[in-house]
Amino acid sequence: MRSGLSEPSAHTPAVRAESKWKRGFKKTWPLHVLILPALIIALVFHYLPIFGLVMAFQDYKPWLGFFKSDWVGFKHFQSLFMFDESVQVIWNTLIISVLKIVCGLFVPIVFALLLNEIRKSGIKRGIQTLVYLPHFLSWVILGGILIDLLSVKGGLVNRMLTDWFGSQPIFFLGDGDWFRFVVVVSDIWKEFGFGMIIYLAAITAVNPALYEAAEVDGATRLQQTINVTLPTMLPIIVVVATLQLGNVLNAGFDQIFNLYNPLVYDKGDVIDTYVYRSAMLKGDFSFATAVGLFKSIISFVLIIISYRMAYKFANYRIF
Amino acid sequence: MYYKSNGYKVFNVFNHLFLITMSLICILPLLHVFAVSLSGKSAATANIVNLWPVDFTLESYQKTVDNPAFIKALLYSVYRTVLGTGIGMAVIIFAGYALSKKYKEFKSRNGYMWFFVFTMLFSGGLVPGYILITNLGLINTIWALVLPPALSVYNMILMMNFFRTIPGELEEAALIDGAGLFRILFYIHLPISMPALATITLFTLVGHWNSWFDGLIYMMDTSKYPLATFLQTVVVQQDFSKMSINPEDLENLSQRTVKAAQIFIGALPILLVYPFLQKYFVKGIVLGAVKE
Repeated sequence: MRSGLSEPSAHTPAVRAESKWKRGFKKTWPLHVLILPALIIALVFHYLPIFGLVMAFQDYKPWLGFFKSDWVGFKHFQSLFMFDESVQVIWNTLIISVLKIVCGLFVPIVFALLLNEIRKSGIKRGIQTLVYLPHFLSWVILGGILIDLLSVKGGLVNRMLTDWFGSQPIFFLGDGDWFRFVVVVSDIWKEFGFGMIIYLAAITAVNPALYEAAEVDGATRLQQTINVTLPTMLPIIVVVATLQLGNVLNAGFDQIFNLYNPLVYDKGDVIDTYVYRSAMLKGDFSFATAVGLFKSIISFVLIIISYRMAYKFANYRIF
Repeated sequence: MYYKSNGYKVFNVFNHLFLITMSLICILPLLHVFAVSLSGKSAATANIVNLWPVDFTLESYQKTVDNPAFIKALLYSVYRTVLGTGIGMAVIIFAGYALSKKYKEFKSRNGYMWFFVFTMLFSGGLVPGYILITNLGLINTIWALVLPPALSVYNMILMMNFFRTIPGELEEAALIDGAGLFRILFYIHLPISMPALATITLFTLVGHWNSWFDGLIYMMDTSKYPLATFLQTVVVQQDFSKMSINPEDLENLSQRTVKAAQIFIGALPILLVYPFLQKYFVKGIVLGAVKE
């Protein structure tokens, strides 16, 4: 490879910079060609829609397009904060997602620590096989299963409740508070196994000499877990926790869309489902875009903050 | 040793019981649906099926397979999954390989990386995306389901990180022997990266198979629904107004056992690839977290 030092020095700096760039391109053009398909897809399907966000400031009519629709400024954003309905939707989103984030953080850590205590590798692998599975099934499948299981008329769960505990059947998917409960619990049920993987990997990195030293000092297993295992996992826990910050407005569209119904809109309707109904069912494109944009901007700021924090506290980088 | 103490032995028994119960809870709902799908119609309606079929019959599967709308959706799903995974993998492999070059060799690398990572942080959202697909004339075409998800930046970074673990000496040796860029990619990088390729291919396959929302909004023609979207409208949403089917089919579709059979067939491909998937994805996830 030729180094930049053998460059003839007679050129003016501007010409030299240009020729250097050209020379660089001559050598690397096949790499640019390899990136081209990804570049085109990103431009068309990710960057182009961003320009479409102008419709949040218009009264967009499909037959008029972006250029002829009326400009209305921040009207839709004002309505977003004035409608009781949309304010309720923002609260629902925050409540559901914060519950999911907090529970979803602790459950996998506890499970990883408990699973680490199982010494027979056959049993350990069997448990892992079963708990990872729900992550790969879609919410359409799981929604279909849950609707059947939780049905008031003879769903398996209600049958167990009435037969074993003698309680009244519970209208899980028709009562707002129970709906939130089902959403949070079923999300953790689907994801805790998968979320555990990263902690299990961290636990295997613990230096065995530390356990031996703790053992000699007479530490119980619980003390070893608190003073040796957990501190080793701490950096990865910090990364996972901070990166979750960007999800504060993501209550899980797929899940809620496949479980909810008009009976629970007051407590179960979230930003994403509200955007979908406003746009696709009511045809209120501009308002839906404004709600979506509001969410995107806040999420963007939160993600940037969370990446900065993850970098600062745990030296985490995206690439 | 701590595991000889009585306290720990008691804990160990309870720990085993607890974890085994929890792992069974992960799988029992699926088993229940499977049992319902294999049960007789009256037993299912009487709610006496638990985890074992009552009045065993394959009738519900027969009815599902006899329904042309279901079969059509199934085939369309296979089509979309195969095409989408093929295109997606090509895009990811090429871009991931180019971006695995060091900044010293490929000065534009970091600029490209920010360009791609930005798409993960901010997006136009549902409505502008939908209007774009409409304006491009992709509504009711397979391309609406295949092209937008063709670039998964997350998977591209995974691929790139794997390529970066390949020692540079291999590539230098091939360069000296006169191999070009493509030769190096196909004869050195890809064969070495089999585990990563398998992981990402399986992730992409599962993603396409499970994807239902794009079918719901981009396919006006319900006969072009992929299976996941079909199940969403028929089993979950129970919106028969969207399906053009005759009353007899309608009655069959709404039966509990037939619904269970359809759900199970929808989950079956995932269950079939799961053993292969499990072999690789743990490695893949840990790999994604490891940076140079």
